[in-house]
Amino acid sequence: MHYFCGIDIGASAAKLVLLDENQQVVARTIHHSGVDYAQTADHCLADALSAAGVTRQQIAASLSTGYGRDNVPWVGGKITEIACHGKGAFFHFRRAITVIDIGAQDSKVIHLDNRGRRTSFKMNRKCAAGTGAFLEEIALRLNRPVAELNDLAERSTREVSLGSFCTVFAATEILAKIRAGEQVEDIVKGAFRSVVKRIVEMDTLVGDLVMTGGVAAHNRYLATLAEEAFGTHAHMPPDPQHVGAFGAALFALERHEQGE
Amino acid sequence: MSSATERRDFEATKKMKGVMGKYFMELTQGPQQGRKTAWCTSVGPAELLRALGYNVYFPENHGAMLGATRMATDLIPLANARGFSPDICSYLTSDIGSYLKGESPLQKMKMPGPPKADVLVFNTNQCRDVKDWFQFYGREWNVPCVGIHTPRAIGELDDSLIDHVAQQTEALVEPLEKAAGTKLDIDKLRETIALSKQCTDLWKTVLEAAANVPSPLTFFDGTIQMGPAVVLRGHQDAVDYYRLLLDELKQRAADGVAAVEGERFRVYWEGMPIWGKLSSLSGQFTELRTCVAASTYCNSWVFEALDPSDPFRSMARAYSSIFICRSEEFKEQYIQQMVEHFRIDGILYHDAKTCPNNSNNRYEMPERLRQKLGKPYLVVNGDLNDLRLYSEEQTRTNIEAFVEQLAEE
Ligand code: SF4
Repeated sequence: MHYFCGIDIGASAAKLVLLDENQQVVARTIHHSGVDYAQTADHCLADALSAAGVTRQQIAASLSTGYGRDNVPWVGGKITEIACHGKGAFFHFRRAITVIDIGAQDSKVIHLDNRGRRTSFKMNRKCAAGTGAFLEEIALRLNRPVAELNDLAERSTREVSLGSFCTVFAATEILAKIRAGEQVEDIVKGAFRSVVKRIVEMDTLVGDLVMTGGVAAHNRYLATLAEEAFGTHAHMPPDPQHVGAFGAALFALERHEQGE
Repeated sequence: MSSATERRDFEATKKMKGVMGKYFMELTQGPQQGRKTAWCTSVGPAELLRALGYNVYFPENHGAMLGATRMATDLIPLANARGFSPDICSYLTSDIGSYLKGESPLQKMKMPGPPKADVLVFNTNQCRDVKDWFQFYGREWNVPCVGIHTPRAIGELDDSLIDHVAQQTEALVEPLEKAAGTKLDIDKLRETIALSKQCTDLWKTVLEAAANVPSPLTFFDGTIQMGPAVVLRGHQDAVDYYRLLLDELKQRAADGVAAVEGERFRVYWEGMPIWGKLSSLSGQFTELRTCVAASTYCNSWVFEALDPSDPFRSMARAYSSIFICRSEEFKEQYIQQMVEHFRIDGILYHDAKTCPNNSNNRYEMPERLRQKLGKPYLVVNGDLNDLRLYSEEQTRTNIEAFVEQLAEE
């Protein structure tokens, strides 16, 4: 049996997916990206191999993606996270879709037609608005762990609106809201709403809405708000955080079959 | 960077360095030789100034140098602190920062810095910033600052508009004669316009060479090769230089020499260059075997309407027909023709934060053109000079993803 590996080294987490010849996931791993991407990639791979009981020699092809895509020495090639998120998402929803990937440092809106061909894509502009980094900053200001944000937002009964584009200005707005006696959960919901607004501004929705990426995976309430904003159901593939790595593994398999 | 991704330079470039060096030397020596210096905007009435015997200096060229050497990044904040917003033209802010600090890339060429102006002459065909920029120096040096106010977003160039601009140009003669201490010789003006027209025709032919597949030159080559067309139009040296370059280009095209080895795709660059990142961008495109074959920017120094038999009106027509001061409809049609002519696969729009005048993605044009032409596009957020507004990593990923998409088409 041959296996195919996709590794997605993002700004915050490194994700790896191992597929068999039938496109079945046999292992998936995740580590903090850290600062030594090559070493992180080795850890991801070692974990995946032992979890699946596969040897390195059985891996027929691998591809890397994400910010650290140039730093994985053992892959056969690289491909952008825009292509991989599209590929991974389309695998689960074989129709025209708009993929919204909210990452730690950037967000993407990708349009795919009903054959899975990319027709356009947008990445957020330089700043942190509309990304995981924004929520991290908010968590810091509110002195709450990032992991608690989703529960807080869900508990909100009354929303506090944050008007500013800029992460720093939004943080200042939050200080003012705290002074005014607003509830933390209402402020968090406002912050979630702000992330969704920044995404809605990036591009239009074409076809069905699919959300991927670690930030949405850990903050499912973002999907609820996205549904409200777009007025349509937000689909999530299984294991949304690994969609990029999964897409990379699919590309590896496809290219191997094409004899590349 | 490996040599495979390095730009394949032209032999002629060595000669160009000499031509540009001589130009700058003359600027420096002007005062000793009793010659006056006029500052001129890049698409200002250079021919008139030359005909009046001025040495003509183009501060936007200096702005580009400040960008390309990345000195701009340290100099812009000085102008910001003085009261020039970080949101306005970063040529202006880098140049004024350079003046305030007394540092210039020209010092590496053994010049003390930009020459002091005896008169500053603008044309607002490109933007208002040039006038504000020149007025700063007018105040600093207490010298006249005069110019032409060309309407913007022009659709049809009708006679009344040409009259309006031509009259303003003629009205400049008197103050310019006064500052020059000499009378305008109309034959000299005709002669200068004739030389400028020759330069324009040659420069256009140079850019036309990129219609060959594979293309023998790229937009990145163009940003270097355009130097003489910008600063020496109306001068014999520019004409001689482009004849030389053209011979080399013809040879390249005949031999099938590609500027980008194994050219797979052809991209159009719309908007300003990102001066401080040209070489890394050029390297990335080469690596992706994608040729940025044509651009609005390099074509902005083609002034086909120049005509020595009708000096003022033809200058008015030439400098009012440039892309930057035209209507959205005209621009769309222009880009469409370029895409067809140069057999372009996709369009890259540079949204330069500090130059709304030369960023054409902001009013939905990319989407309209995509629907019309069926060609994908990419918007890169950045700036001509202010690298604080540019994310290298995001741009690299965006370009890589864009080329992946071209491969899928
Ligand atoms: S056109 Fe843009 S870059 Fe050129 S001078 Fe005006 S604002 Fe500056």
